[in-house]
Amino acid sequence: MTGDKPLLLVEDLRTHFAAEGRTVCAVDGVSFSLRRGETFALVGESGCGKSITALSILRLLPEAGRVAGGSVQLDGTDLLALPETAMRDVRGRRIAMIFQEPQSSLNPVMTVGRQIGEVLARHRGVAGAARRQRAVELLAAVGIPDPERRVDEYPFQLSGGMKQRVMIAMALAGEPDLLIADEPTTALDVTIQAQVLELMRELQQRTGMAMLLITHDLGVVAENADRVAVMYAGEIVETAAAGEFFAAPRHPYSRKLFASLPGTAKRGQPLATIPGSVPPLGSAAAGCRFANRCDRAEARCRIETPPWVETATGGARCHLVLEDEGGKGKDEGGRMKDEGKTAAGDQPSSFSPQPSALLEVSGLKVWFPVRKGLFKRAVGHVKAVDGVSLTLAAGRTLALVGESGCGKTTAGKAILRLIEPSGGKVVFAGADLASLEREALRRQRAAMQIVFQDPYASLNPRMRVAEIVEEGMAALLPTMEATARRERTAALLEQVGLPAEAALRYPHEFSGGQRQRIAIARALAVNPRLIVCDEPTSALDVSVQAQILNLLKGLQEELGLAYLFITHNLAVVEYLAHEVAVMYLGRIVEQGPTEAVLANPLHPYTRALLSAVPTVDAARRREVLKLPGDLPSPLAPPDGCHFRPRCPQARAECAASYPAARRRGVDHWVSCHLYDEG
Amino acid sequence: MIAYILRRALYALPILLGVNVITFVLFFMVNTPDDMARMNLGVKHVTQEAIDKWKAERGYDKPLLYNAARQGARKLTDTIFFDKSVGMFAFDFGRADDGRDIAREIRHRMGPSLAIALPVFAVGLAVNITFALVMVFFRASYLDFVGVVLCVAMMSISGLFYIIAGQYLVSKLWHLVPISGFADGLDAFKFLVLPVAIGVVSGIGAGARWYRTLFLEEMSRDYVRTARAKGLSEAAVLFRHVLQNALIPILTGAVVVIPLLFMGSLITESFFGIPGLGSYTIDAINAQDFAVVRAMVFLGSFLYIVGLVLTDISYTLVDPRIRLE
Amino acid sequence: MIQPVILWTDALIFLLLAATVAFFLYARRQPHLRDPLRRVARSRVGMASMVVLAAYVAIGLLDSLHFRPALPGKPGAGVQYAVETLSVLDWLAAPLREQVEKTYSAPLATHAYAKEVVELPGGGEARDFPRLKYGGAQLADPAADKWPDITTRAFKAEAMALAGWFLAAVGLCAWLAQRGGEGLSAAWRDVWRGKTPIPWRTGLLTWGALLLLAFPAVALSTHYHILGTDKVGQDVFFQTLKSVRTGLVIGTLTTLVMLPFAVLLGIMAGYFRGWVDDVIQYLYTTLNSIPGVLLIAAAVLMMQVWMESNPDLFDTVAARADARLFFLCAILGVTSWTGLCRLLRGETLKLRELDYIQAAQAFGVSHGRIILRHILPNLMHIVLITVVMDFSGLVLAEAVLSYVGVGVDPTMQSWGNMINSARLEMAREPMVWWTLAAAFLFMFVLVLFANLFADTVRDAFDPRARR
Repeated sequence: MTGDKPLLLVEDLRTHFAAEGRTVCAVDGVSFSLRRGETFALVGESGCGKSITALSILRLLPEAGRVAGGSVQLDGTDLLALPETAMRDVRGRRIAMIFQEPQSSLNPVMTVGRQIGEVLARHRGVAGAARRQRAVELLAAVGIPDPERRVDEYPFQLSGGMKQRVMIAMALAGEPDLLIADEPTTALDVTIQAQVLELMRELQQRTGMAMLLITHDLGVVAENADRVAVMYAGEIVETAAAGEFFAAPRHPYSRKLFASLPGTAKRGQPLATIPGSVPPLGSAAAGCRFANRCDRAEARCRIETPPWVETATGGARCHLVLEDEGGKGKDEGGRMKDEGKTAAGDQPSSFSPQPSALLEVSGLKVWFPVRKGLFKRAVGHVKAVDGVSLTLAAGRTLALVGESGCGKTTAGKAILRLIEPSGGKVVFAGADLASLEREALRRQRAAMQIVFQDPYASLNPRMRVAEIVEEGMAALLPTMEATARRERTAALLEQVGLPAEAALRYPHEFSGGQRQRIAIARALAVNPRLIVCDEPTSALDVSVQAQILNLLKGLQEELGLAYLFITHNLAVVEYLAHEVAVMYLGRIVEQGPTEAVLANPLHPYTRALLSAVPTVDAARRREVLKLPGDLPSPLAPPDGCHFRPRCPQARAECAASYPAARRRGVDHWVSCHLYDEG
Repeated sequence: MIAYILRRALYALPILLGVNVITFVLFFMVNTPDDMARMNLGVKHVTQEAIDKWKAERGYDKPLLYNAARQGARKLTDTIFFDKSVGMFAFDFGRADDGRDIAREIRHRMGPSLAIALPVFAVGLAVNITFALVMVFFRASYLDFVGVVLCVAMMSISGLFYIIAGQYLVSKLWHLVPISGFADGLDAFKFLVLPVAIGVVSGIGAGARWYRTLFLEEMSRDYVRTARAKGLSEAAVLFRHVLQNALIPILTGAVVVIPLLFMGSLITESFFGIPGLGSYTIDAINAQDFAVVRAMVFLGSFLYIVGLVLTDISYTLVDPRIRLE
Repeated sequence: MIQPVILWTDALIFLLLAATVAFFLYARRQPHLRDPLRRVARSRVGMASMVVLAAYVAIGLLDSLHFRPALPGKPGAGVQYAVETLSVLDWLAAPLREQVEKTYSAPLATHAYAKEVVELPGGGEARDFPRLKYGGAQLADPAADKWPDITTRAFKAEAMALAGWFLAAVGLCAWLAQRGGEGLSAAWRDVWRGKTPIPWRTGLLTWGALLLLAFPAVALSTHYHILGTDKVGQDVFFQTLKSVRTGLVIGTLTTLVMLPFAVLLGIMAGYFRGWVDDVIQYLYTTLNSIPGVLLIAAAVLMMQVWMESNPDLFDTVAARADARLFFLCAILGVTSWTGLCRLLRGETLKLRELDYIQAAQAFGVSHGRIILRHILPNLMHIVLITVVMDFSGLVLAEAVLSYVGVGVDPTMQSWGNMINSARLEMAREPMVWWTLAAAFLFMFVLVLFANLFADTVRDAFDPRARR
């Protein structure tokens, strides 16, 4: 293996960006190699330069960027030295690329057949009817049903997963030697992600092409890559064979990444975090770039640039790399089964079985009318939330889990009446919110707050942090004096781990994680008893996610808050939630205590969802239960059980009626015909 | 589709009604018909008889909104408002001060107006798109820079200057075409060349620059990167992918003005003595012929609404993503 | 003794000036406004256009300070004031205003443009070009002395301009040196090597170019008609200077008039949606559907009739012309608010879905407060961009409207009126070109730099343009 020549050899690649009159070094001396048929993963958090590395290889950088040095050799030819016309013969033919957002990466006004056909015409000289025929074959090869019809459709007629399949078909059309996949599944739901990753593995085996997989998701890497390189601040800090990397990461950063992954094993204990935040693109300082976030940094780390230390299957850039620390890394990784569930802390079972409910939702409905025709009559409804019932006790966390479009965010907002519910009851602390008048509702608002997903959209860029935090106090606690408000703001900022001087600054001066802290402080300002957390960590890097999860957990213990935690991330659920409710197409299909549901999922959908989550832990990996197709439209949900068309265990009665909720075990409910009889 | 057009037509009615009310308020409420008569007949030395006669000739001798002297529904229908509004909706605009039928006049004058406005529109669109494409193809180069500077300079020049300079150079100095006038049939060509050319040139600055921005915006989209990653040449990327996407807003944006082309251009027509609707309007404004101005306002709004409907329809034709519902 | 007169538009201009100053004071404390403004100041194009626009604004402001001079009355009696309203610019440029020839004369001419019957010194009559009353009147032998005289005067003026410019440059450098805590020569060097963050060099060069043009113009204008005279013998240079104010008023007051409508209705439509949105949309679709020029024409016609029927409301010609100008601005404003309104509506629709608005709603913050604190500040940049972008279009529109006959009052000096009157003389041989040229040139320079400035402002404030 070591003897054969690499397909792609990247040496000392440097890419610079011009920004606001100065030059930013986004990729700083990156070297790696890729053999034929191999999958090489480039892992890192946002802004580490991994995507720019890929674009530099193909010379597709945006206009502000340019490759400043190094070489990229494909089968011995230096791509960086090729004239542009020759480079065009490489793109699409020798190296193909797929991107993160299939939605925007396809030309919206061109049929998918023509877009695939362009590659065929350009690189394979296929023309006329044969081109169309080949496009159909390619669509079939990437698993698109009914390719004869789909070939003449436009991207907007396809779902996100199908669009990514079309992108893959387009990449395959040139029969490339190397496929660069830049976060190919990040925009997709977990069950769709499993389908697409499976497809890519399968195609790779069939065609023998090499793959450069760029991702931030260690689980995806673990299940797909042969070799791994970790990037940090424009540099590769570690490379290793995948097996070795996951068994014993060498670089402190890699170890910390593992340690900050949430999961069942870490329930009840705080997650290891990396202090600070991911450095912005191109920030370089003397010494090791990770030194100021590294808990093992020594004096020399801040002065000397660490050397590249070769190891058996790769190497690492660190002063402290030691061969025998493999075991230690494992400890910190915290993925070990031996530690298991012995961790002390608030195990959910230690609570009294059913404390009095703080929030009781029953039959909540949010229907959006669909208007059509001459007079815009409502001809149907998008049943975004269709009869959701939940119970949440004070001091507990209920996770509402589901894929995008299942209605979980709408449900969360309807509970707070940020969206008007169409039906059902929301009883909060004894009062039915759904029927309250405006003024009465306003008084209730102090007790229930929300934290949003996107830390960039949830803070008004025109207001100082102090104004943001004080807004709720001014509106809901009008008797509070200005000085008292200011003191409380200072206290809140300290509570969420921000320096006091943050109060006078504007949101754009903060990183994503810090903004999320501000948003939490804003919610806490009015002394709420319930906080709806709408995917509060999905826009954050994994190292920052751990900080926020720890913060939320600490606040819950300290203040007895109840969380309605809306997420698609099952690892976070495992780590944080006491109860979990799984939502599918506007309805809850299964709910119960977290261990019960996750250890013993009953609903076929829950099972598929759990099995589709890529995990770094080989021992916990299960057979992926493949779900065919996509989430149906909530405008016209399937008859009977909504999950029936995708369900591997569907039976005759599933088409006849929607299954009623059945109890299986303590507080474990499931809506599925499989459990109809005893 | 039919239902959609029907709905749009229904939606157009209140708008036309609104336009009618606005013009009515402007023309009959701000000043009383007596004031207008006095103004029209010369402010001094006007007898009440002359005023009454002026009003009677034009049907302004009724109450504005409510006729107490009549019975039943006639209390509302035998008024200036009703008289003047109902006619409008039937495209019966009454008579101008010179006694001619306005609707007939409009029909006659649409042709010459269109003869100028249509070529200016079509040639202008083609020229602007071409210029914009050239600038975008050579973007961030010297050529692009010079092009943009030229565009800004050209759009800073008054439209009147183009006309006056053009007439002076081409007609007066070089004697290439007549300075003004109009003829029917093919003879019209020599009268039309100059105004059309001037119309096109005066629009280049703003037009080409605007389209360039649209193209550049489209160039920064993700699918362009995908197209490049396929190994397509810059020309293929620009002409096959970018152009197709950018043309959607350009064409549909242009469609809205097509019906308004009938209205002609006020300035060009009056400078070049072309007997179209533009010069008709200007003459009416200068002669303070309110009936004609009102008719033109109504006609303009009507054509604008037609343009809106056409825009929506054109979207469905060029953009596969849009289906009318 | 003078009696100050504040015309309607004067009041609004000074209100606008005050608002601009207040805006800058406010913006200094708001990073989201301060940073883009700083970007404008740091752009070379922005700096050059600001200098040129400042010169225009200075002329306009001088022309907006109106007064009525006292008549030389009898000592005992009370002070009588002239009927005529003058501005500071009129007073400064008194020679230009008062030196009225009989009719046309070419720029820098000493003789009239058309032949007339003149009495010969030795008796008898002949048809010849008569000497002008004022243009080059000081010359004994115009044919021989004119150009030497003009060159001498121009050179003297250029020398003064250079001296003045040098003083200004040194003053600026001294100020910079004091602020930066460095030596004068170091500051001077930085400026000339273009090392200052704000491109002072560009500013100084533009300022120098302006002075080199303005000084000779002023110096010559007292003894010549540097841009000729018009049909009734008035100095064209003076007319173009007077037109500056008209152009600026139309370009700025129009937006000032329409801004409250556009902002209020646009935000309301986007924020409240539902029937409020329907009504507002109906309103602007209706207004929009009427072709702009026609609506303006109709409104102006009606205004004319109304003013004719109520002549007592205006005591002077100036007040009457001014009222008409104000109405024209208002009418232009009413017909042009729809674009901005639609833009703001769309942006508000987007904003109201943003999480921070929802967070405010989760606090039960009132609608008014949400609009004021969350929506309006996030729309300010759009408003600002629109205001500067609209300016040049309005200046150009004035010329067209005056041509159509629905522009400013015929007695008011404006580029449109100048073009309109001169256009009729195009058929003359040789052509009377100077009035047209002067009006077009002054208008072009203003509009060009306004466009450049608008581009700079847009690039600085529009987050999409900055990628």
